[in-house]
Amino acid sequence: MSSFDASVTTPQDAYEDKRLADVHPQAWVNPEPADRYALIIVGAGSAGVAAAELAIAMGIKVAMIERHLIGGTCLNTGCVPSKALIRTSRLYAEMRDAARYGAKVPDNIQVDFAAAMDRVRRIRSHLSGGSSVRRLAALGVDMFFGNARFAGPDTLMVNEQKLRFAKALIATGTRPHVPTIPGLREAGFLTNANVFNLTELPQRLLVIGGGPVGCELAQAFRHLGAQVTIVQDKPLFLEKEERDAAQILSDAFARDGIEVRLNTEVTAVRMVNGHKLVDLVSADYHSTIEVDAILTGVGRAPNVQGLDLEVAGVDYDADNGIGVDDFLCTSNPRIYAAGDVCLEEQYTDTAAASARIVVHNALMRGRKRLSKLVIPWCTYTDPEIAHVGMYVREANRKGIPVKTFTVPMHQIDRAVTDSEEIGFVKIHIRDGTDTILGATIVARHAGEMINEITLAMVAGIGLRTLAKVIHAYPTQAEAIREAAKAYVRTRITQRLRSRLQRWLAR
Amino acid sequence: MTQLSTLTDEAMLDRLQCAAFGYFVQNMNPRNGLVADTSRDNSPVSIAVVGFALSSYPVAVERGWMERADAVQRTLAALRFFRDSDQSGSPTATGFKGFYYHFLDIHTGARVWMSELSMIDTALLIAGVLTASMYFMADTPDEVELREVADFLYRRIDWCWAQDDGDTIKQGWKPESGFLHYGWEGYSEAIVLYVLALGSPTYPIKGDSYTAWTATYQWENLYDHDYLYAGPLFVHQFSHAWIDLRGIRDSFMREKDFDYFENSRNAVSIQRRYTQLNPHEFAGYDENCWGLSAGDGPTDEKPDVFNEDRRLFGYAARGVPYGPDDGTLSPSAVLASLPFAPERVLEAMRNMLTRYPQMLTDDRLSSSFNPTVGASDGQPWVSAGHYGLDQGIVLMMIENHRSQFIWQLTSACRYISDGLQGAGFEGGWLRQGNPGGAH
Repeated sequence: MSSFDASVTTPQDAYEDKRLADVHPQAWVNPEPADRYALIIVGAGSAGVAAAELAIAMGIKVAMIERHLIGGTCLNTGCVPSKALIRTSRLYAEMRDAARYGAKVPDNIQVDFAAAMDRVRRIRSHLSGGSSVRRLAALGVDMFFGNARFAGPDTLMVNEQKLRFAKALIATGTRPHVPTIPGLREAGFLTNANVFNLTELPQRLLVIGGGPVGCELAQAFRHLGAQVTIVQDKPLFLEKEERDAAQILSDAFARDGIEVRLNTEVTAVRMVNGHKLVDLVSADYHSTIEVDAILTGVGRAPNVQGLDLEVAGVDYDADNGIGVDDFLCTSNPRIYAAGDVCLEEQYTDTAAASARIVVHNALMRGRKRLSKLVIPWCTYTDPEIAHVGMYVREANRKGIPVKTFTVPMHQIDRAVTDSEEIGFVKIHIRDGTDTILGATIVARHAGEMINEITLAMVAGIGLRTLAKVIHAYPTQAEAIREAAKAYVRTRITQRLRSRLQRWLAR
Repeated sequence: MTQLSTLTDEAMLDRLQCAAFGYFVQNMNPRNGLVADTSRDNSPVSIAVVGFALSSYPVAVERGWMERADAVQRTLAALRFFRDSDQSGSPTATGFKGFYYHFLDIHTGARVWMSELSMIDTALLIAGVLTASMYFMADTPDEVELREVADFLYRRIDWCWAQDDGDTIKQGWKPESGFLHYGWEGYSEAIVLYVLALGSPTYPIKGDSYTAWTATYQWENLYDHDYLYAGPLFVHQFSHAWIDLRGIRDSFMREKDFDYFENSRNAVSIQRRYTQLNPHEFAGYDENCWGLSAGDGPTDEKPDVFNEDRRLFGYAARGVPYGPDDGTLSPSAVLASLPFAPERVLEAMRNMLTRYPQMLTDDRLSSSFNPTVGASDGQPWVSAGHYGLDQGIVLMMIENHRSQFIWQLTSACRYISDGLQGAGFEGGWLRQGNPGGAH
């Protein structure tokens, strides 16, 4: 097979026309700037849009500058298209696995990859209405398209227009971080920025990097029929997550037939007679595989270049992004940052939540802290891996006594009836109390389930109360109540034992 | 021969233990004392299996299965081999810095399979070396030499180097690529490794590295049991084979008002509950048929075929409750839990032996069996031959159950009690002190 063409661009169809009309219309004319804005937002991704909406609701005059597309990574090249693709890929996986559900495996399952991608673009286009420039303009946002750079501590330039601000918010997000591997650029590669433009399935795909995005896409492409190899330079996937969660994912990958190469690095990519060869090394074991496409750049680099941050006195770091304090203020007290460009936790909702903190702190003299946010996240593999709050190792490091109540999903009726018994709910509490420190859920629908724990943490609800909450039966979220009930049983036993001893001693 | 399951508990255990010892007699190279990893053709030596062999000779002498002089010669052969082995760390050496490569050629003792210099397997080997030196205390030239070489081998190990300036001990090192870039995370069989590394009079690691390791523990409540989590059963056994962890506690266990021995008992309960629930509906599983652990297993992997869906995992560390689980059980892992839960283990062993007698050849337990992946005639899949690790752990744990003999030997070893104290262990038999303890 000929080498896969990775230089694909988005197919120009009706969906694409609609999306561009929403998020970056060709004919857009930037408005005449006001003398001075109370708030200028640089970057119209999840953080920027959330900040604009809140500020407008508070009656504040806002300008927003976007270089490329409103909606940012999430809508255009991140969560939205990837979740749409994962849905189709899960369907194909279930078709092949139909016998497991007592259903007939369809004859001759053929993946229509173009149709799957067509759906991705349709859904992305459908959802772009929520981020449309017309909607933002109608709210009262002065929307500017162009490259932004600082021209002073209170001045921004968009193209050649000068914009003055009382406060500014930098929410420029991140871009794919492409590793420096000899021959990679010459051979061509996919990143999240262009992988959703594909219309043809690469037969053999190499995924470099076992973080959330790499894992999600590796499994999705495998389910869509590609031969997938995933290379990770660590002993397990999802380095941040609990060992057992990562181990379950490794096992799931093995079952799916994904070629898993842990503790492995890519040393070079070579084009030989039109064949794309990738050299790998694991400790001292060298090997070469041939692939049609390489997906990389699943790590992220902050967008801090070209903004002339030095002129505005904003400290930053090319790797870690813009430096902020717990109130999200930069080294220039007029300028704040929010979202992926300054946060370790790079998730859409966290970006939006951090942006709202900025609006409070910058414009209303608020003292809201980033560290007070309870941040859940989820990796949408099958099974999904979701987490909120503290990890055990983090608690141990801080000297907090921690105990975990674990319920394997195979103890939950609904997981069994749905043949979705792989995974667990683990709730970490401060040992000796019922205070929830954090939780990890591995389950088919872990992303939906984690929200209950997040609610409990935000509201200060402990396991004792969770145990009283009757859950609809049968649902998989009952696993959470089962964990809480296990906690209560440990308490009752002790109390009963001491009462019995007192009674016997009379 | 009488059916095992018709014998009394004591007679059945004696037969199984004696047969396990037979493995070390049959698979040892008398010229260098090295023992094969498995009974299969062309098996290399596993240094951990040598550690088990060295621990088994005193038991065999006590039980009258081997003459003392023979046991001394076998032990000395191995000790002399390691003393004189190539310690250059070259790709074909035997060891480096007092550690040894995981797998060695049984004739030359040179590294094979490009294996790693293994910290844990060296610890299991040296635990066996020290066990032998605590038993062969006679004032004869051979036994004096045996003790001197044992001491030399222990003192030669540079445990500090194995930390590579990190908090915890690395898992391995290769001459081609240096240290394996992962350490010990979570509860594992590494207590014996840390204790030996802390007890060293020459290159001890610091106590805070043990704490750094226990900081990665997961204290869980699973199936209504409080439990220091580790999935595979062998993790709950290996350190216990050499160290009497009954009633002694490190800082972690003091905080939890628990001990490692109790924890291994809970591991049995959790295995029983898991196989009773049998989430993947595998054949044979129930509360008296369990044993998910590291070991051999059937595989559906085909050579040079990539991207095939896998349902069977071959040699793997199977565990509870998160897997991997492909229906394969390890009978030796059940039997090796004997000291922790004797009644439940004996009940399960009798049940498993009755239902799947194919797991036993020459009274010796196979590494594993899988009733789900049986042949068409209803027979379970059974791992071919025998594994030295299985025979070693079975022999030692039966002995500790019957007489606590290994524990008595090692409790008198100052290196081990010093190491335990260095790790913060207190109470129990450590409280009594060991004034008569020997090096």
